[in-house]
Amino acid sequence: MFDEMSGTGDEIRAPYARVAKWIEDAGVALLQKRSEEAEAIFRRIGITFAVYGEGGDPERLIPFDLIPRVFAAQEWAVLDRGIRQRARALNAFLYDVYHRGEILRAGIVPEKLVYQNAAFVPAMMGVEPPGRVYSHIVGIDIVRTGPTGFQVLEDNCRTPSGVSYMLENREIMMRMFPSLFAGGAVQPVDAYPDHLLKTLREVAPPACNDEPNIVLLTPGSFNSAYYEHSFLADLMGISLVEPRDLFIDNGLVWMRTTHGPQRVDVIYRRIDDDFIDPLAFRPDSLLGVPGLFDVYRAGGVTLCSAPGAGVADDKSIYIYTPDMIRFYLGEKPILDNVPTFRCADSDECAHVLDNIDELVVKEVHGSGGYGMLIGPKATAEECTAYSERIRKNPSEFIAQPTLALSTVPSLGPTGIGARHVDLRPYCLVGRDMRLVPGGLTRVALREGSLVVNSSQGGGVKDTWVLSE
Amino acid sequence: MGVERMTGRILLSRTAESLYWLNRYIDRADSTARLIEMGNRMAMLPGAYSQQEWRSVARASGCLDQFEDPEGITEAAIVRILLLDKDNPSSIRACLENARANAKSARTSLTMAMWDALNDGWRKLELMDVAAVQRELQGVLDWVKSRTAMIRGSSTSTMLRDDGYLFLGLGGHIERADMTLRLLDVKSYVLLPETEVVGGGRDHHQWTSVLYATSAVRAYNHIYRSDYSPGKIAGFLILNKQFPRSLLFSYSKIVRCLDRLAESHGSRHACNETAEKMQSDLQRLQVGEIFRQGLPEFVAETIGTTQRLGAEISEAYHF
Repeated sequence: MFDEMSGTGDEIRAPYARVAKWIEDAGVALLQKRSEEAEAIFRRIGITFAVYGEGGDPERLIPFDLIPRVFAAQEWAVLDRGIRQRARALNAFLYDVYHRGEILRAGIVPEKLVYQNAAFVPAMMGVEPPGRVYSHIVGIDIVRTGPTGFQVLEDNCRTPSGVSYMLENREIMMRMFPSLFAGGAVQPVDAYPDHLLKTLREVAPPACNDEPNIVLLTPGSFNSAYYEHSFLADLMGISLVEPRDLFIDNGLVWMRTTHGPQRVDVIYRRIDDDFIDPLAFRPDSLLGVPGLFDVYRAGGVTLCSAPGAGVADDKSIYIYTPDMIRFYLGEKPILDNVPTFRCADSDECAHVLDNIDELVVKEVHGSGGYGMLIGPKATAEECTAYSERIRKNPSEFIAQPTLALSTVPSLGPTGIGARHVDLRPYCLVGRDMRLVPGGLTRVALREGSLVVNSSQGGGVKDTWVLSE
Repeated sequence: MGVERMTGRILLSRTAESLYWLNRYIDRADSTARLIEMGNRMAMLPGAYSQQEWRSVARASGCLDQFEDPEGITEAAIVRILLLDKDNPSSIRACLENARANAKSARTSLTMAMWDALNDGWRKLELMDVAAVQRELQGVLDWVKSRTAMIRGSSTSTMLRDDGYLFLGLGGHIERADMTLRLLDVKSYVLLPETEVVGGGRDHHQWTSVLYATSAVRAYNHIYRSDYSPGKIAGFLILNKQFPRSLLFSYSKIVRCLDRLAESHGSRHACNETAEKMQSDLQRLQVGEIFRQGLPEFVAETIGTTQRLGAEISEAYHF
C-alpha cells in the first residue's frame, strides 16, 4: 500500500514535508477544532449539494478534510502532459465518429459500441462544431498506485462537476492557514474561471461577429449541483439561465431580460443531452428549449459540451482511449488505463465470473458509484447475485482488478488515518488547451473504503501542486 | 428582431421577478410579525379586546378564511396559521422560505452578505411547534424582525445600485404600501370621524393598536404628542411624508425606483404613470377630504390601484 505522505515506510516523502510539519506543530486536537470552523464557513456560504426526498437536511455539505493532498512539480508535469494528451484524443475521437469514422473503419473500435451506444446522437453526424471541439471541459479521474504509477479510472466528457470545490477548498485553506502558503509554495488554481470564460469565448458560433453573450444553463435551483452553477456564473460574470429564460426566434437563441430579448451565443450547459431540447431529444421532457438543437446545428449558437459528447466517456469506450491516442496523435499514451475486462467478450466474461470475488464490477452506463460490486468486500451471496445479473446481460458490465489505491493522511473524529483518494483535474479545450495545476481530490472517509463519491460518504481535500 | 447588444450586466426577467418577490416576502414576514405583536399586546389589556384583535390580525394578513372558528380565534391558532403553517403563503415561515427560494434562484445577483443574512437560521421555524413558539412568542417575533432587518441592511450596505437593486426596492415598498392599506381597511371602522367625540378608553386602545401594528407609536408621538384622534392617525399612516410605512412615503419610493428603471431602460411605461398619479394625488390630499369621500372607499380604491401597479410592472419588464 502506497501512502503519499510516508511512501511505503516511515520516511516523509519530500513533497509532504511542509504538510507533515504543519500537522506536527498544530496537533490533532487543534486541527479537529479548525475543521469544525471550516464546516461552519462552508455551510454559511451555502456550499452544499441538494438531496431531496430523503428526509433530513435537504442541503448537505460534502465533508472537507483539512489535510491537503500534494504533488511535486515534476509529478504534476507528467500528469499535465498525460491529461492534455487524453483530452485531445477524446475530442479527435468525437469528431471522427460524427464524421468519417476512420477509427471504426480501421477496426480499432467496434462500430456497434459507438452506433448502438445510448449516448451516440445520430443527428450530430456531419455537424461542424467551432474549433472541432465537442468536450470543452474534460474531467479525467486518476488514481495513484505508487511513486510513479498513475492510471486513469474514467473520462468525463459531458459536464463534469466538482470544480467549485477545487476553488473553494483552496480559498478556505488560504483563509484559515495563510502561513502554509507563505512564499508561494503552492501553485494557485484561481485562474480557472478566467480560463473557462476564455475557452467559451473561443468557441463562439459562426453567426456571432461581435463580443459573444455567454450564459450558463442550469436545470434550476433544485439541481444537486446548483451551487456550483451559480458560483461559476458569478465568477465569470455571466448570466445563470434556466431553460424557461431562453427561446428560439428567427434561427437564433434569445434570453428574456428586463430590456427585452437579448441574443445568446454560447451556452455552457449543465443539463444532460436528454433535457436540452424536447423537440430533438425527449418529447416527454418539460425541461429544455424547443428548437435549440436546430439552431446549434445551423451554427447559430454553441453548446458546451456538444450533444453526443458522452459517447466518448462511456465505460465500454474507455477501454479504447489508449488506442485513440496512438491512432489520432501517433503518440504513446502517457497515462495508462486501469486494466479492464469487457463482459461483452465471452472469454473475458468467463474470467470475470470466475474471479468475481477479486474484481470491481461496474455497470457500463452507471455513475456516481452506484450499482457496482467490490468483490473483495462483498459477501458470497452478493457475488452470486451479481454474477446472475452479469450472465443475463453481459454487455452491460465491465470489471477491473481492485487496485492498491494510494492513501493520504486524513482527519477523522478519532485522529489521523490513511484514506484512499482519487484525483479529478479539469482540462479546458477551446482553440487553446488550458489546465490549472491541481484538481479535485476526493477521499473515501470511511476506513478501508475505496468509494470516493460524495453520494456514498466521500469527502474532498485541497489539492496542491508545489512550485519548483 | 433589431435589438442592440447590451453592455454590462443584463438582468434576466426571471431574476428581476425573483428580487421583487424576495423583498415582498421579507417585508410581509416583518409586517406579520408586527401585526402579531400588536395582537399580543391587545390581548393583555382588560376587557374583550383579545379575540376581536386576533380577528383583525387575521383579516389584515388576508388569512381569515384559514381559521376554523373565525369568531373565536386564539393565540395558538394565530401562531399555527400566521407563524408556522408552511402551506399558508402568508405565514412568516412560508414568507422566509419563499424569500430564500427566490434568493437562491437570483443568487448571482445577491452579495455574499445578503445570502449570508438570508441563509442564517432559515430552518429555525421548521423545527418549532406551536407550544414552543407560544412559550417565547415575543422572542420569536423579535428574531423575525431582526432577521428581516439584517437582510434589508445587508442589501443596503453591500449591493450595487443597479437594476437589480431597484427591483428589490420596488418589492419592499409595494408590499409595505399594501400592508398599511390592509391594516387601514380592517381598522377603518374604528377610525370614523364621528368616534372622535366618543373618546374614552376603549377607542383610545383601538386607535393606538393601528399605530402599534405599524411600529409607529413613538414616531406618532414625536409629531402629535399623545393626541390620538382618528383623523390624525389616518392622516399619519396615509399622508405623512416622513414615516417609512406611510402610503405617501412608500409611493414616493416606488416612483423613484420606477423613474430610475425607466432611465436605465430608456422607456417609460404605464406603471410610471400610475405611480406618479398616486403620488401627486396623495401630495395634495387632506385627511378631511379622505374622510368626506369615506375612508373605506378610499382604502379599497387604493388597494386596487396598488394591485394594478404590480401587474403593470411585471408587464413592463417582461416577468
